[in-house]
Amino acid sequence: MTLILCVWVLLPIYLLIVNSLSTPEEVIAFPKRFFPSFNVASLEFFAGFSGIVKALQSSIIVATITMVLSILIGAPAGYALSRFEFRGKTTFRVLILMTRAFPLPLLALPLAIMFIRTGLDDTMFGLALVHTMLALPFSVLITFSLFSGIPIELEEAAWTLGCNRVQAFTKVVFPLILPGITASAVFAFVISWNEVFAASVLTIENRTLTAFLLQSLDVSPMHLKFAGGFVLVMPALIFIFAVRKYLFSMWGIANR
Amino acid sequence: MENKALPYLLLLPTAVFLCLFFLYPFSLVAWQAFVGDNGFTLEHFRSMTDHWKFSISFWNTMLLAVAVVPIQLILSIVMASMVNAMRKGRDIVLYIWTIPLGISDLAAGIIWLAIFEQSGFLNSMLQSIGVADKPQNFLTYDNLWTIFLAIALAEIWRATAIMFVILVAGMGLIPKEYNEAAEVFGASRWQRLWRITLPLLRPSLQTALILRVILAFEVFAVVAALGGTSFPVLMGETYNYQFALQDGHVAAALALVILAVSIAFTLVIIRVLRVPKEAQI
Repeated sequence: MTLILCVWVLLPIYLLIVNSLSTPEEVIAFPKRFFPSFNVASLEFFAGFSGIVKALQSSIIVATITMVLSILIGAPAGYALSRFEFRGKTTFRVLILMTRAFPLPLLALPLAIMFIRTGLDDTMFGLALVHTMLALPFSVLITFSLFSGIPIELEEAAWTLGCNRVQAFTKVVFPLILPGITASAVFAFVISWNEVFAASVLTIENRTLTAFLLQSLDVSPMHLKFAGGFVLVMPALIFIFAVRKYLFSMWGIANR
Repeated sequence: MENKALPYLLLLPTAVFLCLFFLYPFSLVAWQAFVGDNGFTLEHFRSMTDHWKFSISFWNTMLLAVAVVPIQLILSIVMASMVNAMRKGRDIVLYIWTIPLGISDLAAGIIWLAIFEQSGFLNSMLQSIGVADKPQNFLTYDNLWTIFLAIALAEIWRATAIMFVILVAGMGLIPKEYNEAAEVFGASRWQRLWRITLPLLRPSLQTALILRVILAFEVFAVVAALGGTSFPVLMGETYNYQFALQDGHVAAALALVILAVSIAFTLVIIRVLRVPKEAQI
């Protein structure tokens, strides 16, 4: 049973890889072979297709901005939630959790108008702001659970030894949570990398890879789609592997 | 003094960001959906419902959610309890089963396209075992049911992982003693799941279901990759109005419909799976 479910997850990905590593002729041939010919013609065609390189660049830039913003904005909130008792704390947490009960990609519609007014329309930064909104609830909750895992006594010990609050944070707490913060950042990157709807609505010139692929679905040949899917999936596989330890702890805390 | 203000200062960036990019835009959507050239109007909703595609896309979205989510719920519960009982190889199984979590809906659509397209792997397999002598075209408009099946399979494949992760995390929070005690008193595996694990898992089930149902109403890129225009859904129509037809008002009206359905289902799930205060662990 375990094995069947593993095959169920892995087989479709394997088939995509077979298609991506076959020549364009093999992709449309019938019947199809179930083993790749390890030919990079499809991927080469993809890389040479006009606009792809730029779309890839946009995807990476947008995802990087999202990653940085969501940590810079979210981590202080996570720290505050784990370290202080203050009025409105519960309300704030509920509000953060509530954002997940909304179809967030729809935000792209009103923001499209807002961005035209502020000159952010069709910019990578504007799209990154929307993606940050998608990633922010997660980064607040993950950092909250990370900081909660570090005893406050450690910080207090640093204070008694003559550190001020900022020093205690940078010298004691920060090194301890760095791997967790990295995981949370990677997660934000993946959210942005994979997002389709907002990217397609908000960008025209600076299309991300997902937006590019979506908008050319009707016109692009099969091998281009498969190569595109391949390029979308591969980083995700590595990223999930990198953050696998934190996936579960973050949902554990989010459920309480 | 410093200590009192500090937590609020730390929360400030998130709070400002939420106001600017969450509360304000959602009020903007409502405004856009209800306001026309001469003030308040229901005209946008009328032109939305008058369009022949509206009720089709509405029911397609619902049908897909109703078909997919229960299967995913059962599957994720089964997978989570399997992982929980596992001793050897737990880490590798956890990793493999969470892979789809990192795969975008567009990529998932493309992956299942590789299987269902005319010269795809399903046709190749059917031919090699001699069931069909020529390739079937599964994804054309006169084969709506196979399009539906392909989309449903792709959704189940892609989005069960998110529920699985939440449930595994939730099961980790249940004290082991409860299950052990039940075992001592002779409860079968099935009884333990039904009487102990599932009731204690309610908060996680709630989170998982809410998240999944909302994602189900947002279904978009999978459908675009597999069904194209033959299988309209709400989010796809929203995209069409916004992008192809350049009518932001009707797009906003559609967005409100998706939002309303999402909120309604969220409330129902919260109500059905509510956890009494005294029963919390």
